[in-house]
Amino acid sequence: MKFSKTHEWVKVDGNVATIGLTDYAQDQLGEIVYAEAEPEGTVVELEGIIGTVESVKAASDLYAPVSGEIVESNEEIEDAPELINEAPWDTWFVKIDMADSAELDALLDEDAYKAFCEEE
Amino acid sequence: MSRYKDTPLIFELETCHEGSRYIRPLDVPKPDFAEWFGDAYREGKPNIPDVDEISVVRHFTNLSAKNYHVEVGTYPLGSCTMKYNPKVNEDMAALTGFAATHPMQPDETVQGNLELLYHLEKLLNDVTGMAAHTFQPAAGAHGELAGILLIKAYHEDRGDTKRDTIIVPDAAHGTNPATAAMAGYKVREIKSNENGTVDLESLEAALGDDVAGLMLTNPNTLGLYDGNIEKITRMIHDCGGLCYYDGANLNAILMHARPGDMGFDCVHWNVHKTLSTPHGGGGPGAGPVGCNELLEPYLPKPVVAKKDDMYYLDFDRPKSFGMIRSFVGTFGVLVRTYAYMLSNGAEGLYEVAEGAVANSTYLRERLKGYYNIPYDTPSMHEFVMTGEWQKKENDCNTLDIVKRLIDYGFHPPTVYFPLVVQEAIMIEPTETETWRDLDALADAFIKIAEEAKEDPELLKGAPRYTPIARPDETAAARDPILAG
Amino acid sequence: MIGYLPMGREERRRMLASVGVDLDKLFDMIPECDRCKVEEYEALPAEGMKELEVVEHVQALADKNLNTVNYDCYLGAGYYDHYQPAAVKHLIGRSEFLTSYTPYQAEISQGTLQAYFEWQSYITRLTGLPIANAGLYDAASGAAEAVLLACRDKRRYKVFVSAGLHPESLETVQTYCHAAGIEVVVGEVDENGQQTVYPDDNKEFACFMIQSPNYFGIVEDLDLLVEKAHGVDALAVVSSDPVSLAMLKRPGDAGVDIAIGEAQSLGIPTSYGGPGIGYMAVTNKLMRKMPGRICGQTVDRDGKTCYVLTIQAREQHIRRERATSNICTSQALMATAATIWLALQGGSGLLDVAEQSAAKAIYLQKKLTENGHFRLVYDKPYFREFLVEAKEGVDLEKLNKALLEENIIGGLVVDGNKLLIAVTEKKTKEQLDRYAEAMLRLCDAQGGK
Repeated sequence: MKFSKTHEWVKVDGNVATIGLTDYAQDQLGEIVYAEAEPEGTVVELEGIIGTVESVKAASDLYAPVSGEIVESNEEIEDAPELINEAPWDTWFVKIDMADSAELDALLDEDAYKAFCEEE
Repeated sequence: MSRYKDTPLIFELETCHEGSRYIRPLDVPKPDFAEWFGDAYREGKPNIPDVDEISVVRHFTNLSAKNYHVEVGTYPLGSCTMKYNPKVNEDMAALTGFAATHPMQPDETVQGNLELLYHLEKLLNDVTGMAAHTFQPAAGAHGELAGILLIKAYHEDRGDTKRDTIIVPDAAHGTNPATAAMAGYKVREIKSNENGTVDLESLEAALGDDVAGLMLTNPNTLGLYDGNIEKITRMIHDCGGLCYYDGANLNAILMHARPGDMGFDCVHWNVHKTLSTPHGGGGPGAGPVGCNELLEPYLPKPVVAKKDDMYYLDFDRPKSFGMIRSFVGTFGVLVRTYAYMLSNGAEGLYEVAEGAVANSTYLRERLKGYYNIPYDTPSMHEFVMTGEWQKKENDCNTLDIVKRLIDYGFHPPTVYFPLVVQEAIMIEPTETETWRDLDALADAFIKIAEEAKEDPELLKGAPRYTPIARPDETAAARDPILAG
Repeated sequence: MIGYLPMGREERRRMLASVGVDLDKLFDMIPECDRCKVEEYEALPAEGMKELEVVEHVQALADKNLNTVNYDCYLGAGYYDHYQPAAVKHLIGRSEFLTSYTPYQAEISQGTLQAYFEWQSYITRLTGLPIANAGLYDAASGAAEAVLLACRDKRRYKVFVSAGLHPESLETVQTYCHAAGIEVVVGEVDENGQQTVYPDDNKEFACFMIQSPNYFGIVEDLDLLVEKAHGVDALAVVSSDPVSLAMLKRPGDAGVDIAIGEAQSLGIPTSYGGPGIGYMAVTNKLMRKMPGRICGQTVDRDGKTCYVLTIQAREQHIRRERATSNICTSQALMATAATIWLALQGGSGLLDVAEQSAAKAIYLQKKLTENGHFRLVYDKPYFREFLVEAKEGVDLEKLNKALLEENIIGGLVVDGNKLLIAVTEKKTKEQLDRYAEAMLRLCDAQGGK
């Protein structure tokens, strides 16, 4: 698993990157009341917006840790946003067919991400 | 048993089913509406209940009893300037001569309205050091939009289309970046320094020929006056941009300093803040925008003009950026504004600012040592303190502190704003509080700081004596019920 | 005491001294170069007036106007003079509603919040759409917000707007769209004053917007709008007067996606153009993209039903540049006024107001056109307002001036030779007969053919 500095996690299978929100991020946001993922077919640049989460007091966007085309979008999170709080590592937003898998190298590994969160 | 009445929704109070109580019966032939309107016709009564008058009056009176308001006590809300709303202004706005005029009446039949607006414009010009004002904006945020559109029109007129960015400080009110985005601009944030004012290096780095302008308020959202303001506006002008002054904090500087003299090109007012018009539970207010001669041609249509002895609405404005609402402005609110300006004069407005700054300073001094005050620099009409100490030592955060303040009979101050300060509590008493009122507020805060140490449950369980306890906001946002 | 300051300068000095602050140094943070040095202002008097003087001065200005109580007025064009029962102004004049702040602290703002909720509910009942917000500034800016909403939803930046919209609404839409980089295509109404032609480019437009009844008072075909809009994947948007919705097909029932309009007509005094209040109602799908405040129902810690501002995360104070709009303060007190008006009228009263206005407009129009002095421009059903053309040779400005001598403020002159005339339930048959008689007489006197 890889991590971005904007608190997305990335799981890679072949050329497809599955992306979700980290446990640290969902904890910071508080109880999530709404979530939305960009639709299938959207072509995203690196750090382009791939989704939104809202809690009562805050709203945040999710940013693409890799560029490419969204081949699957998780509609379940719209109906059950609480899953993001309850199971952040299992609740995904989008699956991206990567344009350039070398972009993964710029992401953080688990230890680097943990250290990054501690500094924040 | 609560002393507050249970108020079911008005829809549950259906009583009578007769026709209208308030107007004569129809005295001309009634057409066959089904035939007249054809497919567009909808048969039957609209789906709203008939309720007798006494039930309606009791319903809304009982509702009103559940509201805190300026006339029961202090509203120390930073950034909101919740001052007393003079009663005479209500009477003036309600005069038949004003209330019963239609916006499309020919100019010669509303000379009183036009003269009022013309005169008000001149008064607002004097206070801000501007050359002209538009009355179109219906609120502060609307005024911000007008100000930014003036700047945009100016650059477009010069053929300079590469300027696509507006500079906004990180401490700015949320409407500032939201407005810039609505006007089609990108936002570039600049940092505040450790004194809470604009970090000049951050500003220098943000400049460029893609900068259309800057949005700033002075004093800023922390109540701090930026002594570098003339340097700042000059830096923006030097790189070809223009400066917009967010007038939310004008109450601090009225007649002591003027945005025009500081180098700003346009200014907005929140008359429901600085100029005493009532807040109404969330409006109506008005956000007149002033500008210098450079921007005057771009003002929205119409402007109020005078030729010989006649006042008129001038729509012949070829460089105007257009309109942002119908008609000349929120006239009813502007009548109140006018009456307030007349009641004060230059002398009165000068003391308004003096009283506002004095009252805030007094409170700040009384609360030093009990709450963390992050900025050493003297503040003006509002100051920021935080619940940081209480959070660290007593596990009571800002929300708990201010909810407990409700039990003491006060409205909470502004909390968690500005975003640059953690656990922020922003206090603005305004000039219409007495020394006694200020002491009562300070005493309550001091008591609460003590309670946080001795008995934090008092804070966590607050408020206790209100019509409702803390609402479940998560449920409201997750599964919204927005109509009944 | 100066103005409304409860403390004089001496007391202020003592208060500050008690905490070790010198009044004379209070403004030291303003450098000398920034200090205001104006000795005498152009317009601002040095001293304030006493209350009695203010009243006299302002009353004198009010007295310079002709008003719609002393004159029979036939103006409409977006603002309508429907009767406001006395109870409304007494209730909204209560300080609890008048002077309270925006209801961010729900525990001490339940009055305002429940009033917002009831307003939202009334709007959903009138429009047939499930979600309404707590209000916008007016119909013109509401039309602009509706267009921005459609563009946000469809992610397209081209819209089609009917020229049947109030010209100031249209201009406002164009101003907002120019700023946001949205292309506006304006469609002309046909020879019957209706919007019947729509673009057929698939997936090009974010929305099609019309007004019904439109600027000329003509009722538009909502089914056609919806069919054409949805047919090319655009949202259907209508600007609709709420009084008209008492007897016309509801936007929601026709499948419209966004309804906006001016709710001043719900008994709010015309007051030279404001304050009024815009409403907005949308489908469920658009709920989280809608601008403005929204009030929701929930329960408190003790399980009691209560009301709270909700889904605020979309708003400016949280989302900043990614907000749905920049709107902060809106027109809450006017929403309360409209809500109380609807409560007092009830469905029966509202229907009566609508029917009487419609009937009286038809009655007047027939009188004006029966002998050829005027011609109805658009021969289609209209609500409360209609457009007539004067005979050749009639100078309408001159005619309206003559009418003022007879205590009548005539209809709005449009395009030089037409009049846009509105009639509300307040007019009696006698008043209508008087206006018609004067119009015909003055027409004849001008020798029009």
